[in-house]
Amino acid sequence: MRGLRTIVAAGLVALGSPAKAGDPIKVGALLAVTGPAAFLGAPEARTLEMLVEELNARGGVGGRPVRLIVKDTGGSPEKAISFARQLIEEEQVFAIIGPSTSGETMAVKAIAEEGKTLLLSASAAEVIVNPVAPHVFKVAPKDSFAAEVIFRRMKKMGITRIGFLSSNTGFGKAGKEQVEKLAPAYGIQVAVSEVYDKAATDLTAEVTKIKAANVQAILNWSTEPAQAIVLKNVRQMGLGVPVFQSHGFANVQYARAAGAAAEGVIFPAGRVVVADALPAGNPQKAVLEAYKRAYEARYKEDVSTFGGHAFDALMILVRAIELAGPDRAKARAAVENLRGFVGTGGVFNFSAADHNGLDIDAFELVTVKDGRFVPLGP
Amino acid sequence: MTLELFFQYLVAGLTYGSIYAVVAIGFNIIYNATGVINFAQGEFVMLGGMIAVSLHRFAPLPVAIAGAVAATAAVGALVELTCVRWLTRPSVLRLIVITIGVAILLREAALFAWGEGVRSLPYFTGDEVTALSFHGVSVSPQALWVLGTTALTVALLAFFFGHTMLGREMRACAANRDAAALCGIPTRNLVTLAFVLSAAIGALAGCVVSPITYTSYAIGGALAIKGFTVAILGGLGNGAGAVAAGLLLGMLESLSVSVLPTAYKDVVTLTILLAILFVRPSGLFGGREASRI
Repeated sequence: MRGLRTIVAAGLVALGSPAKAGDPIKVGALLAVTGPAAFLGAPEARTLEMLVEELNARGGVGGRPVRLIVKDTGGSPEKAISFARQLIEEEQVFAIIGPSTSGETMAVKAIAEEGKTLLLSASAAEVIVNPVAPHVFKVAPKDSFAAEVIFRRMKKMGITRIGFLSSNTGFGKAGKEQVEKLAPAYGIQVAVSEVYDKAATDLTAEVTKIKAANVQAILNWSTEPAQAIVLKNVRQMGLGVPVFQSHGFANVQYARAAGAAAEGVIFPAGRVVVADALPAGNPQKAVLEAYKRAYEARYKEDVSTFGGHAFDALMILVRAIELAGPDRAKARAAVENLRGFVGTGGVFNFSAADHNGLDIDAFELVTVKDGRFVPLGP
Repeated sequence: MTLELFFQYLVAGLTYGSIYAVVAIGFNIIYNATGVINFAQGEFVMLGGMIAVSLHRFAPLPVAIAGAVAATAAVGALVELTCVRWLTRPSVLRLIVITIGVAILLREAALFAWGEGVRSLPYFTGDEVTALSFHGVSVSPQALWVLGTTALTVALLAFFFGHTMLGREMRACAANRDAAALCGIPTRNLVTLAFVLSAAIGALAGCVVSPITYTSYAIGGALAIKGFTVAILGGLGNGAGAVAAGLLLGMLESLSVSVLPTAYKDVVTLTILLAILFVRPSGLFGGREASRI
């Protein structure tokens, strides 16, 4: 907890202004706290709640307290749209953190732009920041990087023929696009590509289809419990091929849910899930350990990369307000010019052309060993 | 497609089908007693799984399951006593709306009690990677547990409804409640019993499928839709019909995946379902009575 306080405090000291009671700065959050994407939104909401409490205990931002308004979208783009309007038009929030999922973010991208409200999305799809919309940023690394990290590894392992599964969500669709686009460049053939329902309860038939295609590896791209189900089905069928997952797997809950079937699965993830195992020289280590310790002490659950996205979004916003003052246009420009910001997801270097700010190094390949996440190493 | 693959698809369908069937049976009991579809049935399934997972932390698996079944049965009784019993001559529509309300209430209560996390019971036999293999066709032992539970439940129910006084009274109550009451059958108590039985069977289903499907506060809706479909397809009120229809639907889904992209799975199965219901409005194995829904 002390480590986290130091980081929050260090940011505040930089401003140097005396704490003066003022109107609160309203920060909206559109998060999938419940529903099928709850494992994204719930840790995000908890992280924000913890950080805002911490910030306000330290005197707020620039002497003004932060008022957090969390709207639970349940993972539904329709709800995200109406809540986004509500936050922008009625609450007139300074900025919005979220949404948690790519589908929702795409649904509100134009609304944030129209309302000239800074939006810091916690979701992955590349289309969120490509093409760039001036007010829309995202702190989760791009899915194309995730796909490339996976393909590099496959190439190294001599894998040329894979079976691919994805869910029928924004995340799954965006991943499918990237995987099918990037695979040929690495000499990898996607022999089977199946899209399953996000509420799928068993995927044995899909796995059978992959088995029939004689593949050397299986790659699954989803964020739902189905990603744990598919692991069980693969192993129950006696398929011994390596299984790769997307960065959506980075919640240790899923590794636990799949139990013995999760052993050896390979996936790209932000470093927050392997914070303890990082070498001492890693620039992110201090931030990661402070966040992990504070979160796990308070909520008695394992930290995930997704809560980390909320951490990054809020801290980037706080830094921007400190640098530029509580002015919407100036704060937006400050985010765009922010460089070398060390967050949980990586080191952010934003620019007018890059509203994600992370490079491919943001991902570390991780595997599951004895029910725990460990770095796979080179 | 090789023979081995064909059988692997069939076995996959068996797994799906057994899950649908075990959920579907619960629908039939309340329907048999009241003529109403209980839309909270999926939530009973969810509650069973969630309570069992919580109990299993400090109790062995059979005790946890028994406890979950008992607790969910109590919830079923509570639902009937508070929401249904005091209504005089409720219409079918009104009862259905009440069950939908109860479903939402139970779901939100579960979210409040357990949070949004995904849980599951351990596999009853072996673990996540255990499979029974026969000539290259593999099946998880848990699928057999689900099938066995389904078969046993249907057999016990058939005996109960066919050969016990209480069961016959329940059927009389469903056939004509006024006439049953005139014969001295305590119809109100029997409706309560139907909710208790239904909730208990739902809870048992929730426990036995949870290692395969996982369980979370929101899983009830999706399971109930498939279970409901299967109950209709098999003929409402017909337990053995539900099992046959469940396995049929599961295998259809699985075989459709073998030739078409998975995305079309529901299109294929729902088209077949509609076609069957056009020809036989009361389902594959149902009597004429069921068509009144």
